Amino acid sequence: MELICPAGTPAAFRDAVDVGADAVYCGFRDETNARNFPGLNFSRDELAEAVSYARTHDVKTLVAINTFMAAGREALWQSAVDDAAALGADAVILADLGLLAYAAERHPDLRRHLSVQAGAANVEHIEFLVEAFGIKRAVLPRVLTMSEVAALTRQVRCETEVFVYGGLCVMEEGRCSLSSYATGKSPNMQGVCSPASHVRYRQDGREMVSELGDFTINRFPEGEAAGYPTICKGRFVVAGEDGYIFEDPVSLDALSHLGALKAAGVAALKIEGRQRGRSYVAQVVTEIRRQLDAVENAEPAASPLNDTLRLMSEGQRTTKGSYDKKWR
Amino acid sequence: MQHRRLGLTLGPVLYLWDEARWRDFYFRVADEAEVDTVVVGETICSKREHFHANVTTAVVDRLAAAGKTVRLASLALVTLERERKSVRRLAEQDALELEVGELSAHAALRGKPHSVGPLVNVYNAATAQVLGARGAVAICLPAELPMHSIAQICQSMPAMRFEVFGFGRVPLAISARCAHARFKGLTRDNCQFVCGDDPDGLPVDTLDGQPFLALNGVQTVSSTCHAVIGDLGSLRNAGVDAIRLSPQVCDMVAVSRIFRAVIDGSLDAGDAWSRLGEAYPEAQFANGFLHSRPGHHLVLQ
Amino acid sequence: MLPFPIQKLLSPVPLPVAGRVAQASLRRMLHLHPMLFDRLGEFAGRLIVFHPTDLDLEFGVNPRQRSVRAARPGGIAGYDTRISGPLVLLLGLAEGRLDGDAEFFGRQITVEGDMETALALRNAVEDASLDFATDLAPRRGPLRQPVWTVLDWARTALLAREIAQWN
Repeated sequence: MELICPAGTPAAFRDAVDVGADAVYCGFRDETNARNFPGLNFSRDELAEAVSYARTHDVKTLVAINTFMAAGREALWQSAVDDAAALGADAVILADLGLLAYAAERHPDLRRHLSVQAGAANVEHIEFLVEAFGIKRAVLPRVLTMSEVAALTRQVRCETEVFVYGGLCVMEEGRCSLSSYATGKSPNMQGVCSPASHVRYRQDGREMVSELGDFTINRFPEGEAAGYPTICKGRFVVAGEDGYIFEDPVSLDALSHLGALKAAGVAALKIEGRQRGRSYVAQVVTEIRRQLDAVENAEPAASPLNDTLRLMSEGQRTTKGSYDKKWR
Repeated sequence: MQHRRLGLTLGPVLYLWDEARWRDFYFRVADEAEVDTVVVGETICSKREHFHANVTTAVVDRLAAAGKTVRLASLALVTLERERKSVRRLAEQDALELEVGELSAHAALRGKPHSVGPLVNVYNAATAQVLGARGAVAICLPAELPMHSIAQICQSMPAMRFEVFGFGRVPLAISARCAHARFKGLTRDNCQFVCGDDPDGLPVDTLDGQPFLALNGVQTVSSTCHAVIGDLGSLRNAGVDAIRLSPQVCDMVAVSRIFRAVIDGSLDAGDAWSRLGEAYPEAQFANGFLHSRPGHHLVLQ
Repeated sequence: MLPFPIQKLLSPVPLPVAGRVAQASLRRMLHLHPMLFDRLGEFAGRLIVFHPTDLDLEFGVNPRQRSVRAARPGGIAGYDTRISGPLVLLLGLAEGRLDGDAEFFGRQITVEGDMETALALRNAVEDASLDFATDLAPRRGPLRQPVWTVLDWARTALLAREIAQWN
């Protein structure tokens, strides 16, 4: 199985290559990708350098162009695909049907991967896109159980890629307007979820309050581990009771499923976190590489090394997410 | 420029209403509501499908007899085997036009004319063209699209019928996990249909007591009620063909008549707002999405 | 927190001295990493305050003017973003040895004010691959190696100590 690692900066990209990525995914510095955060992502020149660094180490470069084209400004997304192709990307990761059609027509030889943002959660949906646009791989939404991943992988005529570690979307990806309801900036259009421009932390007595736009997302008592100010992991009040209504601040850790994913024929494992720092990339990729190698070589499962992955997680806790049926 | 008169479409009931409430609602719509098209069917949770199975035919017949165009809607999130079967069954029937909730129906549709629901991501004309080439004849655009995108898309494809989400709590997200059941200490598999206790959604407030969202089973909707009653002129000028009214626990017949009156020019927007408030007294109205603002904002022109 | 003797050593530093050292260090870093603030884009004009919670000092940096000034904690008004945390963690973050989000989840650092600026700065600084021991040691001469060794030892040992404390 290929290990697909995130990079938000050229330095993180080189780190990922150095510590054992089989492929690194990244995006351009604009709203054409779903991690359009300040100071993050790649210029055309930086991508060219990254591609060549990756190539000398036999590592692939995947370019995420996975937001939805703004009507009337399609050229920005189309030129991102053109440039990714010209700069030697091994694949583009797309979600928008119109952009998939463009890429299939203009760059038939450039591999097209279906982004998780396309929210393709069943065989017929993926098969439709294989037939229409010749997608070679689909990144599956984080709504499927382990057995559904296995069944789907058997039935579709393209490779499948799944998330094994990192930030966890509780809602189906690509179909969530929670953030844009609160801030006016949308993951699908502007490539941001809980944009930093609308996030505020303030101290209220002994509590740290996180706010998104006009809404309080959480109040953290002193010493309690914090999370991102995302709505799906916020603390709210329902019928007079407060709590994490959708999900606690946690990250996904599905590494205990590596054997099952391999048996299911999954082609690639994805690590979330282009917005994270170099140290995250280096530590997380190193640790997962080690565990993956054990699985690939049919060695006894590598025992998790200290607390690296937990401490890198939101709320310093992890979950197996939808891979376990009872999560639903 | 010649403008078509804006049509009105009643979207599917998003909440779990018991059989009697559901049937009586549609019978009254058939008899009294000022809508041209009615979309019927369960789009949120496949576990609810049996609730209305016994009365669906009667509802469809009554609506058709009243001169309404009826569409059948399919699920928005399809993962289970029984959900895939349900989509296939809907796609293969020829009696009524299908409104797809996602893109798994295409093979079974084999190019048959159909509609596309608001949870399919159509953000540009290129995407609408892809769907049009495969038989889509009407598309309800995503609720978060701003006016200038709506105009761009409509003007690029004059032959396609475009609808805009125009009234109701906005569908904001859908999950495999049921937050509604989870809140009541249950899992989705053993949910006991607790979402049926909240026919207009279960309110979610912030820790500071501000209304924010509402739970509808696996779906999350806005606490505010989206209402484009003040934007109908601009939407018509943008090239929109129809406005979608999404059923809430309020006087939907009155809502349809208010929209129709504004479209026909017999009611001005100011009066329309106060009458909408009477038809749905619990509602806080918003239209921010249309104006490139946070969705919960209300922009009055 | 810094070991007590080191705190004791650094705390009575007069503001003008701290300011001059900080300005010289910044100039040196910018000389070695001319692209350091390039990624900041529109955020380069913001005033960013760093408050090492174990020192009786804070520093206000204006990236566009390439200037830094020192003050007592709370002494710099009108900042856009203020980042607080133990000194070695702030340095570890700047060098990319630590992950900012993880330190934030663990409540080791706090950010007040504009989050966008904080995020842009984090990403810009990380990509520059700073290395304070190498960058701040004399470039040549007999002191280079010993100074580097001390700085490197200090950063490694203090960081390990800090991490051990909050695990």
